[in-house]
Amino acid sequence: MANATLTINGVQVTVPAGTSLLDAATGAGFFVPTLCHDPANPGYGGCRICVVDVKGARALVASCVTEATNGMVVETESPAVQEARKTIIELLLANHPTDCLTCDKNGDCRLQDYAYRYGVRKSSFEGERHNYPIDNSNPYITRDLNKCVLCGKCVRTCAQVSDRQVIDFAYRGFNTKVAPAMDTNLAESACVSCARCVAVCPVGALTYTPLAGKGRTYELRKETVTCSFCEAGCQFDLNYKGDKVIGVTANAPGEGRPLCLKGRLGMELRYADKPLTPMLKKDDEFVAVSWAEALGLEDVLAKIKELEK
Amino acid sequence: MNNLNELRAKCKEIYKQKLSRPRVVVGLGTCGIASGGDKVMAAIKKEVEARGLDVDVDFTSCIGMCYREPMVEVALPGAASVVYGDIFPDKVAQLLESHIVNKKPVYEWAAIQIPGEATPYEGIDIMEQSSYYGKQVRSVTSRLGRTNPEKIEEYIATGGYEGIEKCLQMERQAIIDEIKKSGLRGRGGGGFPTGNKWQFVYNTPGEKKYAVCNADEGDPGAFMDRSVLEGDPHSVLEGMMIAGLAIGADEGYIYCRAEYPLAIRRLNLAIAEAEKHGILGDKILGSNFSFRIKIKAGAGAFVCGEETALLNSIEGQRGMPRVRPPFPAISGLWAKPTCLNNVETYANVPFIIRKGADWYASMGTEKSKGSKVFCLTGKINNTGLAEVPMGITLREVIFNIAGGIQDGKKFKAVQSGGPSGGCLPEEKLDLSVDYDSLTAAGAIMGSGGLVVMDETTCMVDVAKFFLNFTQLESCGKCTPCREGTKRMLELLQKICDGKGELKDLDTLERLAKVIKSSALCGLGQTCPNPVLTTLRYFRKEYEAHIVDKRCPAGVCAALLCYVVVAEKCTGCGACLRACPAGAITGEKKEPHSIDTSKCIKCGACMTKCKFDAIIKA
Repeated sequence: MANATLTINGVQVTVPAGTSLLDAATGAGFFVPTLCHDPANPGYGGCRICVVDVKGARALVASCVTEATNGMVVETESPAVQEARKTIIELLLANHPTDCLTCDKNGDCRLQDYAYRYGVRKSSFEGERHNYPIDNSNPYITRDLNKCVLCGKCVRTCAQVSDRQVIDFAYRGFNTKVAPAMDTNLAESACVSCARCVAVCPVGALTYTPLAGKGRTYELRKETVTCSFCEAGCQFDLNYKGDKVIGVTANAPGEGRPLCLKGRLGMELRYADKPLTPMLKKDDEFVAVSWAEALGLEDVLAKIKELEK
Repeated sequence: MNNLNELRAKCKEIYKQKLSRPRVVVGLGTCGIASGGDKVMAAIKKEVEARGLDVDVDFTSCIGMCYREPMVEVALPGAASVVYGDIFPDKVAQLLESHIVNKKPVYEWAAIQIPGEATPYEGIDIMEQSSYYGKQVRSVTSRLGRTNPEKIEEYIATGGYEGIEKCLQMERQAIIDEIKKSGLRGRGGGGFPTGNKWQFVYNTPGEKKYAVCNADEGDPGAFMDRSVLEGDPHSVLEGMMIAGLAIGADEGYIYCRAEYPLAIRRLNLAIAEAEKHGILGDKILGSNFSFRIKIKAGAGAFVCGEETALLNSIEGQRGMPRVRPPFPAISGLWAKPTCLNNVETYANVPFIIRKGADWYASMGTEKSKGSKVFCLTGKINNTGLAEVPMGITLREVIFNIAGGIQDGKKFKAVQSGGPSGGCLPEEKLDLSVDYDSLTAAGAIMGSGGLVVMDETTCMVDVAKFFLNFTQLESCGKCTPCREGTKRMLELLQKICDGKGELKDLDTLERLAKVIKSSALCGLGQTCPNPVLTTLRYFRKEYEAHIVDKRCPAGVCAALLCYVVVAEKCTGCGACLRACPAGAITGEKKEPHSIDTSKCIKCGACMTKCKFDAIIKA
């Protein structure tokens, strides 16, 4: 395959043709912030925080969706780029509750990271803010749309599973938000609580309900395990606080697989020190169920009990 | 290969028959219908029947003089045809009595006459020499208001489908070369050379390609595409067929907003008629070229006029722009190479093929060839549709064609290009209307909407109007447009409310700059233009709002103060009775006064005062 040689921040870089500017720049050791870019689901180009300066271009270009081509001269931190990034961060903060003190994502939040990096203490814009009710209708996933930056990663990862596609963008302009069909809450939607969306959310809009208030992100140590419930081998994270596993979170689906609640619950039962109470949806309501039912092992257990007799 | 000779001869005969009969033709474009054309039509039919007149009653679309609707054309064989304006049902009897029965036109109601071969009537403006049409050219709009758009026979009789017939004999590359040579540039606003676009699609390998027509006209004050679709739908179909043939597409889509029901109805009729005659469909005119056209009605999102959002919408997805590249020419509808042009661009194509690229390129300026259709709206005397050669000045368009400013007021600004365009002041009026001059001045050609404003228009308020529009219509995908326009709008609101600070202007400029340079699509990248141009040309007006807390045009309610001019007040009490807030006091026959703390600035007193004794200050 052909290569492309370009100059990034004065350094000559050679990458395989078709590489994005983002990958070329980060590969060469330069920092480029991203909010909407999902390596498993590239090509969106919505948040615009990854813009870079390309010599001769009409405007700044989003590096995540721009191919590196021969002879390009790229600046990743030019004054125009910094100005744009700072403004974008300020615009997002102008409509974002800055309650980092109590946010479960504190310490693992891209918006916080970039505000820190670009020295944005507070937004210089004041005006209307969203005041959405927090959706905690689902026992596993808490949605706080006030914190959503509309990067769309949740929408795209959900849409990768053809029979899910539970959420999408709704409304327009400033009122755009991510919502299930008919703008219901998660519990009333067709959501199966797989938490792919939580795994990709760059901010605190989607968090794990069972982990709420159980520890700051920097107190937790993550250990990745592979689920053995089926042959797909999805990855989950054990969240250690001290030497105790306080909960299991989704990390990444196995190749072409959807991730599933059963797998996560199974890992929870197997590894967590105090496993959560499993909840399943029955007649459109979440109810607490036995572990045997949650994991679909009732038949097997019945047979074992039969044999034990 | 079959040709259209036989059909064309038949159509010409039918058309000749029509022109040789006495006839009354009502303008039934959307503008005509909105001003009561349907009722006029009914009245004419009733009158003709009651009197047993030997006259054909027919309809056409908008001829362009929307300000004179409802319009009725009356023609007698061998005489000039006269187009009357403002014909309401109560005038029908007299009109028919005079013009049909007594063969005498009603001179005072006549707008223009079209003599053709006949001797013109004395005392009625001849269309080509009239003040409205004198500086216009009629190419794309030549059939508008002249033929019945629902009859394919009239299209064919007036040269229709000669273009596709000719192209079927040409090499595909030769068709593209002809379009390139004509210098035609995209009429939707971008101004990309059409021939080059076709070349890209032609060059892109692929079994399946599409030709898509953007009929999602959404700029406030723009109705060029609607007029063309309603008045000459076959020209758009023919343009798309020629594009399809040239680029190698066998399928076309017209994405038309659902708010244009008449345009959609006439398009559907046109498609059915063309298919019936074997002009559209499989193996067109016996050649190997097959082409089908489908209509997709858009649900009314402004952003769907952006080409990639439009493609998403046709595919059944949310209308959100895609990142470019890849451009639609490489990967468009369902990821196939797609040629996307707007209505007016396609409608130009049959004329270019029929009359030749040289004819087309003879109009216009060096870099902007041909003609452009504009919609003249706002505070002007003649609201309507005008097709002008590129290179005409804004002054000629506004003061000659549009007849100057209403009520003798002073011109203040003209907004070209809708929410993506800019407001140009008096000193830019001698600017040549072409893509590059308008862009250099901070505005854009846009799709062709020209909104004229007079001295009673507040430029901060105008900027706010457009920002409000783009804010509501932003798709929400990219941060700068979604969040940035909201904050710009809030700052403008703050200024209009009299709470602005000078530093807000810097913030506006900073936001505008960042949005322009970092937004995802054309909508976002251009939406700060109304603010930037008003800041550039009317900064003093912003400063008056901020520093003096005054709205010079007297529009921004929060900055207004209604006062009674004691010398003029007769103490009649009309204002006192009209005031809903009880803010006016005064003894009979004594000058009244307004308590500004109670005044809600509704303006009711000023409207009621017969002595001009109340002023806005």
